[in-house]
Amino acid sequence: MDHLDRLESQSVYIFREAFNRLGRVGMLWSLGKDSNVMIWLARKAFLGHVPFPVMHVDTEKKFPEMYEFRDRYIKEWNLNFLSGKCPPIEEMDPSLPPAARSAARKTEGLKNFLAANPFDGIFAGIRRDEQATRAKERVFSPRGATGAWNFRDQPPEFWDQFNTDFPPGTHVRIHPLLHWTEMDIWLYTKREKIPVIDLYFAKNGKRYRSLGDKDITNPVDSNAETLDEIIEELRTTRVSERSGRAMDHEAEDAFERLRADGYM
Amino acid sequence: MSNHRESLKTVFVGHVDHGKSTLVGRLFHDTDSLPDGRVEEIRKMCERRGMPFEYAFLMDALQAERDQGITIDTSQIWFKTAKRDYVIIDAPGHKEFLKNMITGAAAADAAILVIDANEGVQEQSRRHGYLLHLMGIGQVTVCVNKMDLVDYSQSRFEAIEQEFRAYLTSIGVAPNHVIPVSGREGDLITGPSKRMPWYLGPSLTEALDGFRVPLPATDQPLRFPVQDVYKFDERRIIAGRIESGTIRVGDTLLFSPINKTAKVRTIEAWNVDQLPMKASAGQSVGITLDEQLFIERGHIASHENQPPVETDVFRAHVFWLGDDALVTGKTYKMKLANAEARVTVQSIDRVIDTGDLSHVQSDRVERNAVAEVTIRSRQMLALDEFRNNQKTGRFVLVDGFDIAGGGIISMEGYADQRSLITVRATNVTKVEAAIGPEERHKRNGHKGGVLWFTGLSGAGKSTIAVATERRLFDKGYQVFVLDGDNVRFGLNADLGFSPEDRAENIRRVGEVAALMAKAGFIVVTAFISPYRSDRDRARAAAGEDFHEIHIDADVATCESRDPKGLYKKARAGEIKDFTGISAPYEAPEAAELTVDTSDLSVEESVARVSAYVDRTFTQT
Repeated sequence: MDHLDRLESQSVYIFREAFNRLGRVGMLWSLGKDSNVMIWLARKAFLGHVPFPVMHVDTEKKFPEMYEFRDRYIKEWNLNFLSGKCPPIEEMDPSLPPAARSAARKTEGLKNFLAANPFDGIFAGIRRDEQATRAKERVFSPRGATGAWNFRDQPPEFWDQFNTDFPPGTHVRIHPLLHWTEMDIWLYTKREKIPVIDLYFAKNGKRYRSLGDKDITNPVDSNAETLDEIIEELRTTRVSERSGRAMDHEAEDAFERLRADGYM
Repeated sequence: MSNHRESLKTVFVGHVDHGKSTLVGRLFHDTDSLPDGRVEEIRKMCERRGMPFEYAFLMDALQAERDQGITIDTSQIWFKTAKRDYVIIDAPGHKEFLKNMITGAAAADAAILVIDANEGVQEQSRRHGYLLHLMGIGQVTVCVNKMDLVDYSQSRFEAIEQEFRAYLTSIGVAPNHVIPVSGREGDLITGPSKRMPWYLGPSLTEALDGFRVPLPATDQPLRFPVQDVYKFDERRIIAGRIESGTIRVGDTLLFSPINKTAKVRTIEAWNVDQLPMKASAGQSVGITLDEQLFIERGHIASHENQPPVETDVFRAHVFWLGDDALVTGKTYKMKLANAEARVTVQSIDRVIDTGDLSHVQSDRVERNAVAEVTIRSRQMLALDEFRNNQKTGRFVLVDGFDIAGGGIISMEGYADQRSLITVRATNVTKVEAAIGPEERHKRNGHKGGVLWFTGLSGAGKSTIAVATERRLFDKGYQVFVLDGDNVRFGLNADLGFSPEDRAENIRRVGEVAALMAKAGFIVVTAFISPYRSDRDRARAAAGEDFHEIHIDADVATCESRDPKGLYKKARAGEIKDFTGISAPYEAPEAAELTVDTSDLSVEESVARVSAYVDRTFTQT
């Protein structure tokens, strides 16, 4: 087994644990590179099937390429697709910095969606290397009735014995990609020939390293036009992955506040 | 290609405030592993708080952690040396967050244990060292940090090194290296330090590169715990992760604890050109079998010649994290590999002080404590001793909704019950009995049955058995005594005194006694039979004809009698595993009759048993 085989095996194990131990489960699909790998790993785990709904909570501010991609692969991958909408920005906490306030729409959209479609477990494609508060996450991360993350008092998690017992009214976020890095995602995408949205590849000296809403996501300087070039770029870059995500840089604790409230 | 580079997970542990997060931050800085702008970001955070530059802020991402200057939860971060990639796990050192330390450390292949040169070895230094050992992390390097605070004193370093090496040695850990470092000033992080020319060993990064990446256990006996069974399409797929060994198409697999076998027909996979013919440790796979066995999550597949242990009782070395103490007699949910079972803490054998390694008797294990316990399950379990297989030799306990502790398994003194499980009349056609039990009852004037005496050596089992036999015989009962003397020389002459042989000895006695009871006899057996599992098996053999009689006297009373001088020998260490002294006696939970021989004479005791027989065996 090489490095990617080991990562894959661990993710498959996580998927299978959640599917067996939790009642109703579903997966969040942001259409980005990570969540495409996540769907791929689910098909590995369940031998070609994705035996639960795949959900997109839509800010309606994504890039058009993302919507095209979504509609194509719902069919090709035979997904049971569910869609939710986000509330307008006016309803968000005005004390948040502007970009974080915009990102908070997604949290509210997800809460509303979960209220209408109750789940016991939600797969989310976050990784520890993306952001320092995500580095503190558990693989099975329990959420209160409001979806809040109690990061000050997380349960222990060891020996791949995950928390699968919860009081009624709560749910758990499951993170099958938590142990992957950005580099791993691209190496695996290449090895498995997983489709990705074209926005990741450089045009006119710019590319998107991370995809969010149009208005709060900026491209980074890059000449990487192919998977191999992206991998080569990551080997030498000193720029962080989320540097193009405005909300991460507005205030020291902006991201922590979003996550505590239920943001991915 | 970085996907072919090896990757090692290393955890930083140690007492609170001994500088773990700072050391990690410095390591990243000195190996040039921080992204652009990160140092500037941290500088701003420190300025806002009016404090000097703090490397720990790299890992301490939570607002509360920065404000309090303390790591609350474990974190992971990636970096690489010329040799390989690393996942660095930072673990909190505060006692309050031990559950987070365990969470971090359990994921690691190796550990750096950090000790403050100024403060020296502290409570959590020892506890963390002990827990690393308990979790099977064998590679440990000790960093004596903050050498700048003690003027880089060689004698100070050597005193701490000596003290901590002695502690680690006493728990069976040999550290790879002990390195004097300064996280704040950057000494001995990536190379030699001019301020400590007396130190000739490796720097921190050299020590990291010296750790070995553990290989998957492909050469060990096969353990394939069943995670789930899928029927998404026409295939019935047994899914799971191979924890050790190798599966090949065509292999016969033995599923425990159901003891059924089937052959591997295919190893399934998605998005491959050709289905694999074998799969090995570490791989998550799905297989199909040539027979439709009733297989469930939690069963463990192995090869027939190297199966796991089957038992309903075992010993464990546990660490406890629950808010409520672990207590004797309480029932918990145990998770072991993919199995779940209700288990009860039968006894807490000793609670260990990780500071000085002394131990005390207690009926509770408080949060953050370590103990040796005996655990009993209501159902048969498939498991391994931790020393033989880590993955199937460890478990967690769930209290309510919370994972409240973990433990590693030892079978010391307990038998593997695999060969003792009696399969009753599956393909043997029973001969219809020509004479029914009622006819025998009528002829003898009493029912047949087993009077199963159990109790400590010296409690009076044999004496009372022989006297009871005489009394009952004189009253006209058909009665016979089975004891060590008449079975060990014939029926069980092939058995020795290993836990398995002792259990088999009792199993055979139970079966013979059951047959004699069916023949109409009252059989009196006189064996210590200290284990509940063994007695329950004997009860299962005789059914409702089984009467458990506890010949009860405490250890002190038995020891004062010591008719054969055995206690004396056991105390002197000449007899190993002597019940009541160095091996457990599991008293009956609901004996049909208890005869307390510390109060009663032999005559009175016999009268009690005889009255019980009159009462129970002669009713029509």
